Amino acid sequence: MNFIVNILSLGIPFSVALLIASLGEMFNQRAGIFNLGCEGIMAMGAFLGMLIPYSIGQGGPTPGIYNFLGLALAMGVGALFGMLFGFVVVTFRAPQGIAGIGLQMFGVGTAGTLFRHFIGGTQSVPGIDNLPIPGLSKIPLLGPIFFSHNLLVYLAFLFVPTAWYILFKTPWGLRVRAVGTNPRAADSIGIQVNKVRYQALAVGGALAGLAGAYLSLCQAKMFSDEIIAGRGFIAVALVYFGHWHPVKIMGGALLFSLAQALQLAIQGQGINFPYEFAVMLPYVMVIVVLAFSRESQLLGPTALGQPFNREKRI
Amino acid sequence: MTKQFKLLYKVSIIILAILAAMTIGSIILMTIGADVFKTYMVILFEPLKTTLQLSEVLLRAIPLTIIALGISVAYRSGIINIGAEGQMAMGILGTTAVALAFPELPKPVLLPMAVLAGAISGGAWGFIPGFLKAKLQVSELLSTVMLNYIAAQLYTFFLRGPMLDPAELSMGGGTPQSMRLSRNLWLGRFLPGTRLHTGLFFALILALLIYFLLWKTSYGYKMRAAGASSRAAKYGGISVTWYLVIAMVISGAFAGMAGAIEIAGVHRRAIEGITGGYGFSGIVVALFGGLHPAGIIPASFFFGLLIVGADMTQRMVGVPANMVNVLQGIIILVIVATKMILADPYLMEKVWRKVQNRSTKSKEVEA
Amino acid sequence: MEITTKKITSLKMEHITKRFPGVLASDDITMTVGEGEVLALVGENGAGKTTLMNILMGLYQPDEGRILINGEEVHFRSPNDAFAAGLGMVHQQYMLVPNMTVLENIALGYKQAWSFVKLDLAMVRERIDEVSKKYGLLVDPDAYIWQLSVGEQQRVELVKTLCLGARFLILDEPTSALTPQETDELIVLLKRMSSELSIIFISHKLQEVKDLSDKIAILRHGAVVFEGNTNEHSPSDIAALMTGHEVELPLNEEAPCEGTSVLDIRNLNVKSDRGFLALKDLTLNIRGGEIIGLAGVSGNGQRELAEAINGLRKVEGGEIIFYGENIANKSPHYIIQAGMGYIPEERNTEGIVPSFSLKENLILKDTEREEFSKHSFLNNKAIDKNANDLRVKFDIRSPNVAVAAGSLSGGNIQKVILARELSRKPKFLIAVYPIRGLDLGAAEFIHKQLLEKRREGIGILLISEELDEILDLSDRVAVIFKGQIQKVLNRKDANRRSLGILMAGVKDDQTV
Repeated sequence: MNFIVNILSLGIPFSVALLIASLGEMFNQRAGIFNLGCEGIMAMGAFLGMLIPYSIGQGGPTPGIYNFLGLALAMGVGALFGMLFGFVVVTFRAPQGIAGIGLQMFGVGTAGTLFRHFIGGTQSVPGIDNLPIPGLSKIPLLGPIFFSHNLLVYLAFLFVPTAWYILFKTPWGLRVRAVGTNPRAADSIGIQVNKVRYQALAVGGALAGLAGAYLSLCQAKMFSDEIIAGRGFIAVALVYFGHWHPVKIMGGALLFSLAQALQLAIQGQGINFPYEFAVMLPYVMVIVVLAFSRESQLLGPTALGQPFNREKRI
Repeated sequence: MTKQFKLLYKVSIIILAILAAMTIGSIILMTIGADVFKTYMVILFEPLKTTLQLSEVLLRAIPLTIIALGISVAYRSGIINIGAEGQMAMGILGTTAVALAFPELPKPVLLPMAVLAGAISGGAWGFIPGFLKAKLQVSELLSTVMLNYIAAQLYTFFLRGPMLDPAELSMGGGTPQSMRLSRNLWLGRFLPGTRLHTGLFFALILALLIYFLLWKTSYGYKMRAAGASSRAAKYGGISVTWYLVIAMVISGAFAGMAGAIEIAGVHRRAIEGITGGYGFSGIVVALFGGLHPAGIIPASFFFGLLIVGADMTQRMVGVPANMVNVLQGIIILVIVATKMILADPYLMEKVWRKVQNRSTKSKEVEA
Repeated sequence: MEITTKKITSLKMEHITKRFPGVLASDDITMTVGEGEVLALVGENGAGKTTLMNILMGLYQPDEGRILINGEEVHFRSPNDAFAAGLGMVHQQYMLVPNMTVLENIALGYKQAWSFVKLDLAMVRERIDEVSKKYGLLVDPDAYIWQLSVGEQQRVELVKTLCLGARFLILDEPTSALTPQETDELIVLLKRMSSELSIIFISHKLQEVKDLSDKIAILRHGAVVFEGNTNEHSPSDIAALMTGHEVELPLNEEAPCEGTSVLDIRNLNVKSDRGFLALKDLTLNIRGGEIIGLAGVSGNGQRELAEAINGLRKVEGGEIIFYGENIANKSPHYIIQAGMGYIPEERNTEGIVPSFSLKENLILKDTEREEFSKHSFLNNKAIDKNANDLRVKFDIRSPNVAVAAGSLSGGNIQKVILARELSRKPKFLIAVYPIRGLDLGAAEFIHKQLLEKRREGIGILLISEELDEILDLSDRVAVIFKGQIQKVLNRKDANRRSLGILMAGVKDDQTV
């Protein structure tokens, strides 16, 4: 029983980075753009998140405000990266797959370069601590699983219904969905397709940056070249088989993170399972799920991946 | 519109693109307070100064060429291979396995066998995403990336386990590497004082082979048709899914061979970090080289130059070697954007008309 | 942006010019529409009608010229400006988002219902109700667009433009996807609406132009060649003005063919992309040396039939017997080798590889043939010669055989496809909308080729939206409706009326 509680209470915070990044990517894809550079933006976010707290405190504890400034910086620069991507794929209409890889290399490279210059080595930060909810966290079983995490975890899960509302109940969400499904129709009714796409990319980028910052400030409490470990790509895949819907995406994020938590727990128990095969598990899962998910055309953005050109004759 | 205008237009766009790339790179450099001019000088010219450094550039160019050739075959057939990193790793495992199993075989037998093993392992690793896309419509962009991570784990597993150098085990060293492989595997080094090996010629032969395959055979025609317009190819009776899989197998096999050549020519044992980003750099090289062997060869030289140069910047100007990834990323973004501008006839006409208006206006003023 | 209630008493376009790469789409166009007038904008495919209307709606910016509403100059930088001025357009391809409801689609343009955090769908619902009642256009606000028929979708588009305050309607080929009976209903509706709104409608169907419009403007190659009152001219006058010369497309006046059936389709069941059956138990046979025209409103299974015969779509049940052999579910390659020729619907994406050269496209299906490749090595000399020969024979206008096929004009691209298919000496030909979007010269050439092949004994399945084309060329006419063949008529029994009734789904003509 303890084993299961362990897995769940580990798995939930593990899922946060993936969840936040996926929800951001959801807005991108709903608007018709898939951003493989998510991984690169997350790397930048991871570095920027810890930059301010580290600079102020040199690895020691700092007032919470600096942590939140770090998060804000990660989000701001993330949004900029998202819009840079927009410049290439929306304004220039370049193919999104390759451009995404380019953005990823740029992001990862820049994060690594800046890190080595400004921080370097294996410096760590105290980061953001857990914030057990008074009262609720004392409930046996449920307490440690659900109510003993840090603030970002709670916010991330609260964002799921928020994202749902934004996408399906606000005018902006309506525009995003139209632009990703039939941009020509949106254009003919007076919606600025490119502008909406830039906005979606900014939101997606900001969330990717935040996800990266979460990894460095809350989870690993440090930065390394391998910190993102493919989560950005997994986030993109998650949106596909979450059918672009916040709740299904949340389910997917939890699924993968629980697999990861399972791997750690197994190791903890001392079961002799080769370490590398356990690490492989989430990536294998992604492929398996991709192979067996049938895309439901009607649910999603049918104009995904296609640049919009009003002057193009039909 | 005159021919000179068209040429001038295209050249100006390319120059602007290069300037844009260098500017973005400079911004990053300035953020870390580096001397921008000196950094670019080091990256671009320092490696050319000695024979040894030049040979190191060529050394990097060899696997880059081979991988980029494979990627260009895939790209032209309509599938994007981001998995060269993993395919190369699998190729190394295959080569090492054969070399460890049959060290006594004479060189003319062992070497081709080992390289073939590398090609087969890489090809198999390329087959997986190809098959997934052909049969199950799984995006190759995602499957190849996942397979990279899986391959990396498999590689580490074998290096720390079954293939671990017995010497390391007994001495308790713990460096994950295989033992030194049989001399019968080694590619000869032909430039004394350097590590430059005969794999160079192998790479050039492969380039020629790819040229013939894609442009001079009916198979190549069909692959290119499938990549250029899969719908029209299908309507034309070409089995697009079949060629897609073949293209991925070829692409993976080439990445695997690149790994085999690196082992046989440079390291002579399997160690960590061999793939060193060649898989991703190969993509940039392929794009930069216009997906054509004639362009890929000089492009690999250029990127070999960047890689060696970036290694030196750490010592000489205090710029971390990660800068090379930054530059590669910028180059990809700039290339894909520039390609779109060059392919837009409407824009070219608009510029032409503006130029004409301005010249007639100035003529009016003069009159 | 408040919805205007000011009536549009006059709309004038002055000296409008618009250029696209290599083409002058609008050439110094001047046109006026008065209060309550219905103007028909007429011209062949490619004459520039849609481009002009897109300029009016703010989707394109004119390179020169201006637009005046009620005497004042207006600048439309986007469709929003056009809406604000009271213009509304129903495009030829409906501008609706399929996986959203009617309500959401209209809300997309109804900015009054927008606030930062909330979408006031109730307000939109009220407005839809108001408009529906006023004009008698009933729609279900909660239906998803993909659930609606083509005619119902058009009604949604009309309601949408009226909800957004249109006082001036533009309709682009409104009857192209409707049956003759639905067309009649629409014309009655538009006549009623013209008492309140001014209307411009684009059409190349002269009968409805005659029925509905007060004035006509004829465009040819982007320029206005005629403007006048409808009742002063006959349809043949108008046709002559449209094309610039008296042209009669070749007619099939041969004796009906007596041969045996070479393509025998029996009880064919084929699924559409959406998963439901596009062809249900379809049975049809075509003889050698005859042209069977397949008439029907687009979307009733024509595409699926053509694809199934050519091995490009799975056959769920039934047989396709081609010269005695069942080719259902065989590979496209096999069927091509068996002698099936195919001129597909989308010439640019299905017929040619646009980035490949002319000569490469001409051997698309023949790379394995001995004359073009030995041991899989391509024989460039033979490929060149083949291309040059065909270029002359089929009068393909291009600078040389090495240019990219995609850079050629529509008519020439179609000729390339025709050249490739016919030079392979097919035993049968399927031609889908072969003259769509082509000028009369190219159309004449293609029809002549088809008739010649018929004389040589080749069976032809002609699928077309143009009833005229079908009536001109076919020996027998089959009508397809909801995936089944309603009836096959002989040429002498086939006319607009009889076909129109069948196209609407009525099997037996009970109403005489």
